[in-house]
Amino acid sequence: MRAQFVAHAPVEENSSIAGALKREFPIFGERPELIYLDNAATAQKPLSVLDAERDFYLRSCANVHRAIHAIGEEATARYEEARRRMADFIGARPREIVFTRGTTESINLVARTFGETLQPDDEIILSVMEHHANMVPWQQLTERRGVSLKFIPVTEEGELDLAEYEKLFSPKTRLVAVTMVSNVLGTINPVDKIIAAAHGAKVPVLLDVAQAAPSMPLDARALGADFAAFSGHKMYAPFGIGVLYGTERMLDAMPPFMGGGDMISEVRLEGFSVNELPYKFEAGTPPVAQAVGLEAAADWLSSVGIAALGEYESALARRFMDGIEGIPGIRILGSAARRAGIVAFTLGGAHAHDVAAYLDRFNIAVRAGHHCAHPLARRFGIVSSARASFGAYNTREDVDRAVAVLAGAGEVL
Amino acid sequence: MSDPFAAVYEEIIHEHYKKPKYRRILEGLPFAENPSCGDRVRVSITLGADGRIAGAAFDGSGCSISMSSADILAEDIIGKTPEEARRLIETFLAVLRGELDVDELDAFGDAVAFKGVARLPVRVKCAALAWRAALSQLDSIDRPQENSKS
Repeated sequence: MRAQFVAHAPVEENSSIAGALKREFPIFGERPELIYLDNAATAQKPLSVLDAERDFYLRSCANVHRAIHAIGEEATARYEEARRRMADFIGARPREIVFTRGTTESINLVARTFGETLQPDDEIILSVMEHHANMVPWQQLTERRGVSLKFIPVTEEGELDLAEYEKLFSPKTRLVAVTMVSNVLGTINPVDKIIAAAHGAKVPVLLDVAQAAPSMPLDARALGADFAAFSGHKMYAPFGIGVLYGTERMLDAMPPFMGGGDMISEVRLEGFSVNELPYKFEAGTPPVAQAVGLEAAADWLSSVGIAALGEYESALARRFMDGIEGIPGIRILGSAARRAGIVAFTLGGAHAHDVAAYLDRFNIAVRAGHHCAHPLARRFGIVSSARASFGAYNTREDVDRAVAVLAGAGEVL
Repeated sequence: MSDPFAAVYEEIIHEHYKKPKYRRILEGLPFAENPSCGDRVRVSITLGADGRIAGAAFDGSGCSISMSSADILAEDIIGKTPEEARRLIETFLAVLRGELDVDELDAFGDAVAFKGVARLPVRVKCAALAWRAALSQLDSIDRPQENSKS
C-alpha cells in the first residue's frame, strides 16, 4: 500500500512520506544526487505512469474509434476509460473532456473556436500574471477579430487586484481568462470570486489550471468555470497530453477546431457534418498511450492524497522562503497570503541563469528566466528570476540543502 | 564535467565577468538581444588609420556567460583586420552551432573557455550574443552609408 500525505500534519511527517514516494520515480534511482525543484516546468514520472503507457504499447496498441478488430476495440476502450477517469478527476462529464496536447493547445483551441465568434470591439479580460500560453493566443485574436484585451493588475504582494478587476467589465466583455495559480509567484487566485463577478455580468470564464491540477483537487461543477485547461506532464503524466474542459453548453455552441478524421460524422465532396462532443474537437489520431498514462497519473495523485500534497508543497515553499529570507541580496517575488509550492526570487545583482547554473553544480535543478511571463517580470521591474517549485517527492532535506547552497552563492556570483 | 580544464575555463569566464576590460557606456548602437532570457549586448568597433580594428567595446546586461563572452570578443578582435575578425567570429559561432569541433577553440585566446559551454544548448545563445552583435557591426562598417542614415 502506498503512503498518503496527511492533512494538517507537521512538515517532518509528510517529508518522510515524500521520501518514500521518491522511490517510485526511476529518475532518482538513475540520479541519486538529483534535487529536482523544477516541478512547475514539468514533474518527474512515477513508474506506474511509465508502466501504463508501456503496457498500452505492449498489449493494446491500435488506432481508436474506427477499428472493428479486437485490439482496436480494446485501444478505444482504454482511451475512453482514460477520458472517464479525467472527467471524474475534475468533476466533469466525459463529453466535456477534450484531449489536447497540453494547456497551450487547450487555450488556443478556445481562442480559435469560441474566439472566432467574437465581434470587433468585443473585450476579453486577462491578468498581468498570465503565462504566455494564456496571453498570446488572445493577442493573436485581437489581430484576427479586432477584439480588445483588458488586464487585471497585480499588486506588489503578487495578488490580483480584484477591485480593479470589477471595473474592467463593460457590456462588451465576452470572456475572462485567468490562471488559478501563478506559475511564477505561486499565488493561488480567488477564482471563486473571479467567476462570481464574471457570471454576475453573464460572462464566461476560462481557467488556466496547469499549476493547480497537480496540487489541488478540482471540481469543475463546484467551481463553475466554463473552461479549464491543463497539461498532463506537470501532473506526473507523459508529455504530449492535456485536457480542455468545457461545459456542454459552451462546447456545443463552438465551431470545430482542426479539420480531419474523427471530428466529422459524415464527409461528402460538397462538405462535412460535425461529430458529437467531444470528438468534434479531436481531429486526427489522438495521443492514446499518453491518455492512458494520464489516467495512471490521476490515479497516482489521488492515491497519495492530492489536497494534503498541495498543502505539503505550500509548507515546503514556506520553509524555503523562511530559509532564504535572511540571505543578503535575496528578494522573493510576491508575498501572497495563499501560495502554492512555487517561489521565484532574485539574488543581488547576479543573473538568474548564473544562480541556476551555480545550484546545478550541486545537483539542484531550478528554473531561471522569465518563466514565460514577460509582462509579469516587467511588473516587478526585473528581467529574470530563479524559481524553485516543489513536488510530491521533495523532502525537507531537499529544501534545506537548496537553502544552504544559496547561502554560499552570494560570495561566488 | 570530465574536462580536466573545466575549473580553469570557469575561472577565465568568472574573471572576465567580474573585471571586464572592455565594458563602456555606448550610445546609439543597436542591441543584440536574446529574448528567451532578456540578455542584451551591443558592441562598438572602431578602425585605425591602418584599417585594422583599433578599438572594441561592449555594453549590456546579462549572465556571466554573455558578458564575459563580450569582453573576450573585444579582446580577441583588436588588432585584426575586419576580414580576420569576421573569420574568427564565424569560426566561433560555427563551433557553438556544433558545425565545427570544439577543439577549434584551442587556437583562440580566452575564448577557449567556452569549450564547455558549447555543449550546453541553452547557454550557447548567451555565449553567441556579443559575437552576433559584432558581426552586424562589421557589416555596417563595410556599408557606412547605410549606417549613417540612422
